[in-house]
Amino acid sequence: MIGLYNYWVVVVLMMTGFYVVLATPNLVKKVIGLNVFQTSVFILYITIGKVAGGTAPIVQEGARLYANPLPHVLILTAIVVGVATTALGLALIVRIHSAYGSIDEDDIRRRDGAES
Amino acid sequence: MNPELTLLLTPLVPLVGSACIAALGREPNLREAATLLTACVLLVLVISLLPTLHSGAPPEITVAEPIAGLPIALHAEPLGLLFALVASFLWLVTSLYSIGYMRGHGEANQTRFYVFFAIAIASAMGVAFAANMFTLFVFYEALTLSTYPLVTHAGSDEARRAGRIYLGILLGTSLVLQLLAIVWTWQLAGSLDFVPGGVLGDAAGPGVTSVLLVLYVFGIGKAAVMPLHRWLPAAMVAPTPVSALLHAVAVVKAGVFTILKVVVYLLGIDVVSAAGSRTGLLYVVAATIVIGSLIAMRKDNLKARLAYSTVSQLSYIVLGALLANAWGIIGGGMHILMHAFGKITLFFCAGAIMVAAHKTEVSELRGLGRAMPITMGAFFVGSISVIGLPPGGGLWSKWYLALGTLQADQLVLLAALLLSSLLNLAYLLPIPIRAFFSSSTEAPTELREAPLASLAAIVVSSAGCILLFFFAEPAHRLMQLALSP
Amino acid sequence: MIGEHLPALQVVVPLLAAPICVLLHRGDLAWLLAAVVGVICVAVSAALLVAVQVGGPISYALGGWPAPWGIEYRVDLVNGFVLLIVSGVNLLALVFARLSAAREVAAERLYLFYTGWLLCLTGLLGITITGDAFNLFVFLEISSLATYLLISLGHDRRGLLAAFRYLVLGTIGATFILIGIGLLYMMTGTLNMADLATRLPDVQGTRTVRAAFAFLFVGVGIKMALFPLHLWLPNAYTYAPAAVTVLLAGTATKVAVYVLLRIFLTVFGAAYTFEQMAFDRLLLPFAAAGVVSASVVALYQRDCRRLLAYSSVAQIGYMALGISLASVTGLTAAIVHLFNHALIKAALFMSLGCVLYRIGSAAITDLNGIAREMPLTMAAFVAGGLSLIGVPLTAGFISKWYLIVGALEKDWWWLAAVVLASSLISVFYVWRIVEAAYFRRPTPGIAPRREAPASLLVPTWLLIVANLYFGVDTTLTTGVAGRAAAALLAGAS
Repeated sequence: MIGLYNYWVVVVLMMTGFYVVLATPNLVKKVIGLNVFQTSVFILYITIGKVAGGTAPIVQEGARLYANPLPHVLILTAIVVGVATTALGLALIVRIHSAYGSIDEDDIRRRDGAES
Repeated sequence: MNPELTLLLTPLVPLVGSACIAALGREPNLREAATLLTACVLLVLVISLLPTLHSGAPPEITVAEPIAGLPIALHAEPLGLLFALVASFLWLVTSLYSIGYMRGHGEANQTRFYVFFAIAIASAMGVAFAANMFTLFVFYEALTLSTYPLVTHAGSDEARRAGRIYLGILLGTSLVLQLLAIVWTWQLAGSLDFVPGGVLGDAAGPGVTSVLLVLYVFGIGKAAVMPLHRWLPAAMVAPTPVSALLHAVAVVKAGVFTILKVVVYLLGIDVVSAAGSRTGLLYVVAATIVIGSLIAMRKDNLKARLAYSTVSQLSYIVLGALLANAWGIIGGGMHILMHAFGKITLFFCAGAIMVAAHKTEVSELRGLGRAMPITMGAFFVGSISVIGLPPGGGLWSKWYLALGTLQADQLVLLAALLLSSLLNLAYLLPIPIRAFFSSSTEAPTELREAPLASLAAIVVSSAGCILLFFFAEPAHRLMQLALSP
Repeated sequence: MIGEHLPALQVVVPLLAAPICVLLHRGDLAWLLAAVVGVICVAVSAALLVAVQVGGPISYALGGWPAPWGIEYRVDLVNGFVLLIVSGVNLLALVFARLSAAREVAAERLYLFYTGWLLCLTGLLGITITGDAFNLFVFLEISSLATYLLISLGHDRRGLLAAFRYLVLGTIGATFILIGIGLLYMMTGTLNMADLATRLPDVQGTRTVRAAFAFLFVGVGIKMALFPLHLWLPNAYTYAPAAVTVLLAGTATKVAVYVLLRIFLTVFGAAYTFEQMAFDRLLLPFAAAGVVSASVVALYQRDCRRLLAYSSVAQIGYMALGISLASVTGLTAAIVHLFNHALIKAALFMSLGCVLYRIGSAAITDLNGIAREMPLTMAAFVAGGLSLIGVPLTAGFISKWYLIVGALEKDWWWLAAVVLASSLISVFYVWRIVEAAYFRRPTPGIAPRREAPASLLVPTWLLIVANLYFGVDTTLTTGVAGRAAAALLAGAS
């Protein structure tokens, strides 16, 4: 159980993020929730790369066992994607705010009338 | 000209004609000339196909093959030729009639009317000459879609509502039930070609063929078997030429023709007669015959009365097909011809009365015989033929149908046929009789017949009814050829 | 020579053009560049499909690094076909966008619009062509981010919220896919799809692989708007600029369906997917429920674009149904419908785009009597509608035919009935619009309307002609789809 400590963190973070996304009507908080959600996956990938007893994947004297560097590289890409998503999400919120004067989803829906 | 090309031209000529009509929209006289010319050419083409029946190998032509093994193909066989002859001849007559009617009635959008009329005829030709069920289905749908603008021609709320029923029932039944039946047949038999004896063979047990038969009979909504008949009375909002040609001849006959084709060439007579659901269907059809006549009796609107009469008469043909014996099929096929002439005459008369006397209800027609003697005389002749009295052609088809019921030992069905004929008598004959012999509530006016072109058409079609009594043999021979090539 | 590098060009050309668009800083020039790129993409994908048909699958090592270390681009019949669909629809949508987008997108943002467009195209083509699972995720995010941007660029402020909601759902979907890919990597140590396919059978019994399967299913389900994960789609289609809706309807969901095929039939293998995971039985209820319920919901819409959006959800259900039949005929139906539906929906949304261009609304009541003033536009809509219904001699009929044959092959006659019933419902919702346009009188006092300009009508009618053509001559569509389906199922016993 304790050996899977990292995975528990992943699950907890993921569920927290997911809950925030679903539960809050505040758009900015939704983006934060989305970030937490994505971060959990970053941790998952980094955990995958861990090799028991391995050291950082830099060639050096005396080291025989290295951690797998590939997941780290992958997750760098995913982090970039996450940042881009966050940026776009926040940019949309700025425009939503200027169009509606609110960033509360329920509020916005009310302003659009009964539609959708 | 070789017969294959002729075959291909039969749907193409009316299509080209419709394009010409559309192009000549600004010149009513030229436009009507184009209609008449197209109709003449089409009739000649169909007649020129007749000799091919005895040439051994019937002509066949493949146009395209959208799905492997399922070509769009045309061929000429006796049943199809009979239907094509009826439709193309009566198109010519109707074109003549509608020129008088549409102008006399001052209808709007006449160009649109003639264009879609021609497209509908093209589709009917495709139905008649389809070499397989897939092709037939394609043209069947085209016929539905091309007649929709004709039904809603008036553009009123009522027409729109009628159009919705029309399209809903016809498209709905064909896209759900019929298509399912077609795909199923294809799946079982691996072919949808129309071949004598059918393609099904032993591929399906009686249980499956029972279901298939039900799907086909109700999926072919144009045959108007109850309870799927509602579209036909609804379609009566269309201008009378449409009711006359399409809803007494082309569209409805395409429906019963399809059922005949399915029974004779797709499922096969033996398979149909072994299907368990056949008896049940026969009773549904017999009920349609009687109930249709009963409803017709209660209708005061002339066109509505004729529509329900059509519902009833169509089921005669379905009955003949479902009897699945030689007499039944022959009677059914001949009834396509006989009823077409009779009913189109009646509709022509109804339209003429509407144009000349502005009357639509049966109760208003007393004493009209003095103002419109030719029309009412023709109405009498048409009634005789539809009822099946001599000297009307309808006698023969009903004769063979009755023989068919006897051969099948179905006395109940025979009783239904006879009862319905009595009802026909009761709801049709009083109209011309009262028109001639009872005095009008209004002062009898001077002679006021329909426009000349319409009158000519009425005379031709009613003469046809009587001629068919004396010269029914060719039709009979065609049907026999269809059964035993 | 250049022929060898076609797979790379397919993606690199639009990718490089995107930043150039920003530098051009002018809407018209940006459009011109995008159009040139569109033509190149069509040429490249056509050349690729021909090459694949002649010489079998093409493998291309990006940057000269051979798989499994480098990223492999792999073109076979399935994705060669999808590439052609995407670039073809893209080109027509671009032609359409010149006037349409100029009206709906603020002039100073127009160059950004085309930048986003090109990135979206890059992403879609990249997803399709790549043979590397992680690369697929990256391209998926590229196309998704660009799509969120495109949806938000219209006039309608509701588009902003639609874009945001799609962003949230889309990101969750993409993250699920990322997790799935990560779990697969964990078990196999490779990201190359072909390698994954060979190594997965050794570990397929493990819970991790099953978890990956589930994550990927949900993730892809969101992306392809599989019922009930379709909630983002109606708003996105309704409030996006017209040209974007055309692009999305014609390409984005289709690519997602392709991803479904690729991941579950190539990577997991048809045998594992269908026999061990019972994917067919898993997918079937969602697909059937989507087909029926989305069709019914479409009946009650007041906005034509929303109506068509729900119809899209139903049509995606058709494709899912085809896949869940787990037979060659079923898969053929799915792949053919992928193509045909792209044609149908792109054509329909274009004709509505013409209406939007002239009257700025697509509410059904605003369309009253419009056929008199815009006869060509509405004729195109009717033709497209008939194809959607699946009337014979249109493309829609062909796919429906195969679907029903597939259902009957398994003796699932009730499924055939569901498909047919749904097409019956589509008669009603298409006809609501047709009736309004042709048979209702225009609302009194509205401004006179004119036929849409030629540069909008030409692409619309090209698609309509394609609809009719592929309803009659199906050698390309069913030929390719049939062989592709057989290849995909080759793994299954």
